Amino acid sequence: MSTVVVEDVVTIPEAPMRTPRKRWTRFILPVFTIAMIVYLAFPVLVMIVYSFNIIPNTGESERQTTEFHCCTIVHWQEIFKVPELNHALAISLAVAFPAALIATGLGTFVGLVLGRYRFRGRALTNFVIFLAIAVPEIVLGSSLLAMFVQLGSSKPLGLYIPLGYWSILVSHIAFSIAFVAITVRARVQGLDQSMENAAQDLFANPRVAFFRVTLPIILPGIVAGFLLALVLSLDDFVITNFVKGSSSTFPTWVFGATRLGVPPQVNVWGTVLFLAGVFAAGLQILRARGAED
Amino acid sequence: MSQAPAEVEGHIPEGVELPPARQGERALARRRQTAAYIQLAPGGIYMILGFVLPLIIIVYTSLSTAGLFTTGGRSVFSWEWSNYTTALSSYGDIYLRSLLYAGIATAVCLGLAYPMAYWIAFYGGRWKSTLFMLILVPFFVSFVIRTVQWNFILGSNGLIFGPLKSLGLVPQDFTILRTPVAVIAGITYNFMPFAALPLYVSLERIDHRLVEAAKDLYASKATAFRKVVLPLSFPGIFAAIILVFVPATGDYVNSVVLGSPRTTMIGQVIQDFFLVRHEYPIAAALSVILMLGMLVIAVIYARVLGTEDSTLAAATA
Repeated sequence: MSTVVVEDVVTIPEAPMRTPRKRWTRFILPVFTIAMIVYLAFPVLVMIVYSFNIIPNTGESERQTTEFHCCTIVHWQEIFKVPELNHALAISLAVAFPAALIATGLGTFVGLVLGRYRFRGRALTNFVIFLAIAVPEIVLGSSLLAMFVQLGSSKPLGLYIPLGYWSILVSHIAFSIAFVAITVRARVQGLDQSMENAAQDLFANPRVAFFRVTLPIILPGIVAGFLLALVLSLDDFVITNFVKGSSSTFPTWVFGATRLGVPPQVNVWGTVLFLAGVFAAGLQILRARGAED
Repeated sequence: MSQAPAEVEGHIPEGVELPPARQGERALARRRQTAAYIQLAPGGIYMILGFVLPLIIIVYTSLSTAGLFTTGGRSVFSWEWSNYTTALSSYGDIYLRSLLYAGIATAVCLGLAYPMAYWIAFYGGRWKSTLFMLILVPFFVSFVIRTVQWNFILGSNGLIFGPLKSLGLVPQDFTILRTPVAVIAGITYNFMPFAALPLYVSLERIDHRLVEAAKDLYASKATAFRKVVLPLSFPGIFAAIILVFVPATGDYVNSVVLGSPRTTMIGQVIQDFFLVRHEYPIAAALSVILMLGMLVIAVIYARVLGTEDSTLAAATA
């Protein structure tokens, strides 16, 4: 490339310098990109702004209105005002953390094995994981419900899982494992195997080599898998709606509330969860930057 | 990208005679196989019970006789193919509508996300990852809440049409909410990151020197794009299509929140049959038909790009 630059410099005195093209078309893509970013962020801004909406007192319980009247912080002060919403949030958190932890534990090993070993059934395992990601949620949700109902009516060995917290937990683990596994697998495949070999050459036994060399390298992949599982669980609507029985998580409660209108506390909690997500993502990016330096 | 893992030295094909000095390697290889299975077992068994078994049970249920679940009795497997004919004859039009809405939304998603991903990947410079982060950040907000916000934005007296109507720019009875346009717009919005991610990943790893080489060979900007960039981004385009189209076809949140009974999508029908009408066999048949349709698309994807393609992995990570 450098030779091209040199030639350019040499030819400048002879040929009149071309005026750099300043056509308006070069602004199309950047302007379009910025417009897209605004478009994608718009509903989130609306959500945040409406958490400060003054809602006219109609005597009934507060429901978000289309008209916006600026501004009040009363919904932020009364963040716990809607007991059903608090309960749904509590269930969401009580599902998401154990589900993400267990899925990370199980999925990490699947990802490790797929990235490191050759074994009979490897292609099949890869295909099942691919399917678990590719199958529409509605199919997986209805299948899980069909299974829980079958279990409930036939009770093999007296075992069954009641629809509610436990069925939600079992289902969330089931769909998160695949996502954790591919995240870890991607990281393991990028791993330089010679590092572990070097450790073993330096008389580390395989276990020490794994914990002191391999694990620290793939740890970002495991953390990313955990966060992904956490977000997937907190945000899941379709599968949860099938297997939830009479309990509710945050998304399913909000969905149910849309018929009558959502209380403003939904905007407040939406904003809180959004900021938590941005914070976690920011931390991840800072960690990644730190690791690069 | 479906190459074998880096560590294959332990793998020895069966039936290969090894020199005496290497006799121990086969035992080592066998030990490694065992180690692999032991580590795979917990997650593998969970996936069989929590993912494969439910899919088998739903196929089983779809061929059972109706009405026995609700009475608390066990379903009777009876090769009841009529569940499928009933499902298709009664809801064939809704399947087609779901495919149509999802297809339009996928096309719009690609059309909007490609230029954006292209500009960020090629001209984003050091702002690349920040710009891309800005695209993803809105999606930290729950899917359902995001969709509800569009209700406020598109509502007939909402943020857009309220002011337009008071200025007299739009007729008073004009509305987008409760029309197919609103549903498709909602799907497009909600699934945009699934298109943007794989497109960005595939565009970002194109070697810029290839484009320069094309230009050195007298290709115009447009030709260089068409003959170099576009073909190299095909894995991303393909991943984007599957990641948007498949979930969009099964989606019903957008159609419930933004649509009307005339925009009902198949997901809503499946949900109603399961949760409201409790007619499990028909519901299962409806679900299996959707699953098979999507499976065909997924298998084509796996054939073309393999199940280990890093575009999908990077996109979901």
